[in-house]
Amino acid sequence: MNNRKKFEDQIIQLSHGDGGLKTSQLINNLILDYLGNSTLNKMEDSAIIETGGSRLAFTTDSFVVNPIFFPGGDIGKLSICGTVNDLATTGCTALGLSFSLIMEEGFPTKHLKKILASIKATSLEAGVNIITGDTKVVEKGSVDKIFINTSGLGIIKHGLSLSTEKIKAGDKIIINGPIGDHGISILSQREEFNFKSNIISDCAPLNSMVDEIISRSRRIHALRDATRGGLATVLLEMADTSNHSMNVYSKNIKVTNEVKGICDFLGLDPLYIANEGKMVMFVDARDADIVLKTIRQNKYGQQASIIGEVGPKGSCSVILNTEIGTRRMLDMQYGEQLPRIC
Amino acid sequence: MIDTLQQAKSFIQKYNTHQPVNIMEVCGTHTMAISRHGLRQLLPPNINLISGPGCPVCVTSAYDIDWILEIIKNHELKLFSFGDMIRVPGTESSLLEQKSQGKDITICYSPTDALNYAVKNPHKKVLFVAIGFETTTPLSSVVIKRAAEYDLNNFFIFSTHKLVPPALKLLVEDKQLNINGFLCPGHVSAIIGSEPYNFIPENYGIPCVISGFEPADIMISIAMILRQLKFNQPETQIQYKSVVKPEGNLVAVKNIYDVFLKADSRWRGLGPIAGSGLELKPDYNRFDAKLNFPVKDIMPKQNPACDCGNVLKGLKKPPECKLFAKLCTPQNPVGPCMVSSEGSCAAYYRYERFNLERT
Repeated sequence: MNNRKKFEDQIIQLSHGDGGLKTSQLINNLILDYLGNSTLNKMEDSAIIETGGSRLAFTTDSFVVNPIFFPGGDIGKLSICGTVNDLATTGCTALGLSFSLIMEEGFPTKHLKKILASIKATSLEAGVNIITGDTKVVEKGSVDKIFINTSGLGIIKHGLSLSTEKIKAGDKIIINGPIGDHGISILSQREEFNFKSNIISDCAPLNSMVDEIISRSRRIHALRDATRGGLATVLLEMADTSNHSMNVYSKNIKVTNEVKGICDFLGLDPLYIANEGKMVMFVDARDADIVLKTIRQNKYGQQASIIGEVGPKGSCSVILNTEIGTRRMLDMQYGEQLPRIC
Repeated sequence: MIDTLQQAKSFIQKYNTHQPVNIMEVCGTHTMAISRHGLRQLLPPNINLISGPGCPVCVTSAYDIDWILEIIKNHELKLFSFGDMIRVPGTESSLLEQKSQGKDITICYSPTDALNYAVKNPHKKVLFVAIGFETTTPLSSVVIKRAAEYDLNNFFIFSTHKLVPPALKLLVEDKQLNINGFLCPGHVSAIIGSEPYNFIPENYGIPCVISGFEPADIMISIAMILRQLKFNQPETQIQYKSVVKPEGNLVAVKNIYDVFLKADSRWRGLGPIAGSGLELKPDYNRFDAKLNFPVKDIMPKQNPACDCGNVLKGLKKPPECKLFAKLCTPQNPVGPCMVSSEGSCAAYYRYERFNLERT
């Protein structure tokens, strides 16, 4: 979506932050208008900095999730996984993370302890240290309980270059498991829903899985963390930036029955629901099977599948081939997904 | 599912007379399912699926939206609304715009959220925008009964509730339309059963099939309509038997009419329809926002080029509207059929505006 039209919205709405079309317009048509440069304009999950013969990966993310504790994780675990996974998309070894806390006065210390313990456990698992940080406390009501920002710095192994620009026709598209678990897990915990569900967020650090596939194949072309906006948004962004069409097959895109049930009930599309432990991989067809086999041996990739392939250059469409033999184009999400009325 | 779908396709072939057949899917959830699964690609070209007025958001009149906007402009209160109702444009604004500008508006998923808030915050006036067909009305009825039990004086509902059968009567009597069959709504029918549709086959000779929402359900229902047409045996049939019983849900219906009375209602695109709405019975007047927050001189204006009215009647397909995908998109909707996640324009825009070849 690199068409720099004028940003015409007069006020910022929630939909400007949901990862869909409005987010894209906010970034492309306003933020890049002021701040754009050759590195930022690439819009990768991590920026690549070349310095002194080394190539560094640098990324940042903020976490404002509600509720802050949910099945399968909490805002602390999320803040580490999100940044570790953004770094992992470059295949780099993480050097360290920054960690910045903004808390509302009155926030219970016991909750902070729980979050810090979770951060410690997740950073240990990911093998990355927090090497700098900051803490702010603001008046009650200025933030919702706790916001966390993390940034990450990593060094890219010599010769390794993963980028959207390397995607080519015939590449297989692989994902490491079922989609939508994180978004629906959060949704079902919200007070207003109060669903009784067993859905657990997929929140996980995927750097070890990425290390394993990189060690087995030199033909991995690009990786992308499928978070906000879901799988569909990642595919559309990758199709757009690589200028390639893509074909995906709904029978290969796994969605658990519980996620599917809640999505059906609320009129939501799991393709657009957030994940926090899913990596979309674009791999040369010759290495697709070995990469798939390697992912399936990792605990975060046991249900991995090849969901489609990259088509010819020139068209940026993403076509979903349904299980019943029909085809439809995927399109950017136009605003917050809101549950239907009847 | 694939086997059932193949069976449905072969039934459609078996019963298809190759004459043009216009089938209206009344319900927005059907509309979205048809577009999302690309079901038109599986149908013979003589079968034309028409989207009807079965999306409650789409048929909410600008008059009602303007009234609600006036209420929140002139009174300090907290408003609760279901999902994409907040995007529907009134003459000058929408609830979403007002929310972004600081009005106290919360999206809720059950009217009990609004009621519970009113109970916990007795000094705050709470307004629930009650929208939906027979599916959601029983929930509104229950909260009104509870509000009466709790003797609340700070809880109000603005009823835009509507009834489906009177709108179908209007459509079958419209000389411009030529509907050969109705896919009747599954969720509404779970409440009202099949009897309220019987006047359509009996008086007008048009088949009605109450359908589920999976692709196979819809295809089977289409085959059932074709079979009725082929053998000239119009009747109301239930395909969605796992959920819909002929008599409906008697408890839910009783709840509706314990609290509400039938009233005239304005439908966006269709105009006023006698007896198609629900207003609170006099015993519950103190909860009625329309009585407690009267507003004068509402003069709603809509873009005259917007064809939502004709789309809702099935007279036009969304792409035939001059504004479709140009001035009117989901990001900047002009008409409610583009606003609602279940509106026919939104379904076409999202899933069918690209020229995919029929397979």
